[in-house]
Amino acid sequence: MIGELFIIFIGVVLVNNFVLVRFLGLCPYIGVSRDLKSAAGMGVAVIFVMTMASAATWVIYHYLLASGPHNIWFRLFGDGIDPSAFNFSYLRTIAFILVIAALVQLVEMVITKSSPALYRALGIYLPLITTNCAVLGVTVLNVDSFFPGGEAVPGSFLKCLIQGFGAGVGFTLALILMASIRERLELADVPPALRGAPIAFMIGALMSMAFLGFTGLI
Amino acid sequence: MKGKKERLFKVTPAPQLHGGESIPRVMWTVMLALLPAFLASLYFFGWKAFQIEAVSVITAIFTEAVIQKLRGRPVTITDGSAAVTGLLLAFTLPMDVPIWLPAVGAAFGIGVGKHAFGGLGHNIFNPALIGRTFVMHSWLPFMTTWSPPRLAMYAQVDAVTYATPLGAAREAVISLVPSPDGIFSTMDMFWGSIGGCIGETSALALLLGGVFLLIRGYVRWQTPAAFIGTVVLLTWVLPVKEGAIALAPYHHLLGGGLFLGAFFMATDMVTTPVTGAGMLVFGLGCGLITSIVRLYGGFPEGVCYSILVMNAFTPLIDKFTRPRIFGT
Repeated sequence: MIGELFIIFIGVVLVNNFVLVRFLGLCPYIGVSRDLKSAAGMGVAVIFVMTMASAATWVIYHYLLASGPHNIWFRLFGDGIDPSAFNFSYLRTIAFILVIAALVQLVEMVITKSSPALYRALGIYLPLITTNCAVLGVTVLNVDSFFPGGEAVPGSFLKCLIQGFGAGVGFTLALILMASIRERLELADVPPALRGAPIAFMIGALMSMAFLGFTGLI
Repeated sequence: MKGKKERLFKVTPAPQLHGGESIPRVMWTVMLALLPAFLASLYFFGWKAFQIEAVSVITAIFTEAVIQKLRGRPVTITDGSAAVTGLLLAFTLPMDVPIWLPAVGAAFGIGVGKHAFGGLGHNIFNPALIGRTFVMHSWLPFMTTWSPPRLAMYAQVDAVTYATPLGAAREAVISLVPSPDGIFSTMDMFWGSIGGCIGETSALALLLGGVFLLIRGYVRWQTPAAFIGTVVLLTWVLPVKEGAIALAPYHHLLGGGLFLGAFFMATDMVTTPVTGAGMLVFGLGCGLITSIVRLYGGFPEGVCYSILVMNAFTPLIDKFTRPRIFGT
């Protein structure tokens, strides 16, 4: 079990890094990577949101959406009805978006109270986590990998948590590397046409090429 | 207290003497250090190796000249940095690549890997390795087809399939795994008469160049020592993937691009940390990633990727290994 969890973690941090291999969450990756401090803050926020979202969506999916003996609707109203009639997994996207939005509101309130400076540094990107494809992506990926055919694999809750946490760590790693590289490039003689976002995308591309080396590790 | 005192550099007020170092001097010295490996590539892979090297070097120089001309910057092709990039890129290609492939790699490496960032001194990643990775993943079959070195070709009739020692161990091709009575022995690996990229097979030639650079002080011991030491230790301690053959640590040492990477690429002055402690961290990271990729990854060789990944870490390493300012 420990080994399995370790493989999930390494897989989502290095081999299938959300930013560098799956190309999810590029908006904050380019937008909040101008300096290390706000990149680190954004990374921590994303780790928190991804882990919490993984836990919350597991509960929602397992008990409310997926068909099977755990489905609450089936337990309440299912006498004599085929369990597969209670398969609501087609509501996955909208249900997950709602959960993530509520979570981000929570994070935002905490950061506003605890660190106004970080709140200002994150700017528009914190509310944007709400609709961040990386966060939705990790919850959908959790369902795809740990609910094959709608039935949860053993230990799926813990696995979802680890995958969510790992995805956040992988995102933070990419973001911090990008921010440190961009800080160094502040004084570089980058051609005017490439300054700002273009060179950031090029750095991202080259980093993706470097991370190709981890292909097949798991 | 005493130890701290000794590590301080003596800084005197002006006037100061110039050390005599310059970019051309460094680059042409590196070129000289690459000479043994160049001769070895000609000896083991013949005329085709020379063609690859020539195309790569000429394209690198040409690309640099065109970009600098277009940007209205002074054209600095005589400083040798583009030539070194081109030659290093050629060294990391197998013998059977089509002749346009080194040109594409060199143009991409110099254009995107170096000049998009502002040219020499500003690039984040090693341009030669960027070029190699680009062609590697664009034309994978060309980059994973190996020809036997010239001497083995005479000895063996059906020389169609061949492999690098690392690749053979990975695929469990027992006849190609180095052994005293196999096709190649450990001594063959040392001299360079094995399958592999044209500039990486001869450990002896690379070692000669590396030691020369160490003596001249252009390469400091921290990076190669940490890099090579970590690889030897980890490949000795860690078990191999299921189905693969375990190689001895000295086979890992001699069989792939470790010497080429550790002495000539992980020591690039621009893309690696500046402090000794940073170099140790850089070498450790390279060794760790190389060992993990070699033992468990999808590719038999990981030197190239490990250096590129650690290049991305370099600004961060520099930030955290910056020496404390005196008096703070």
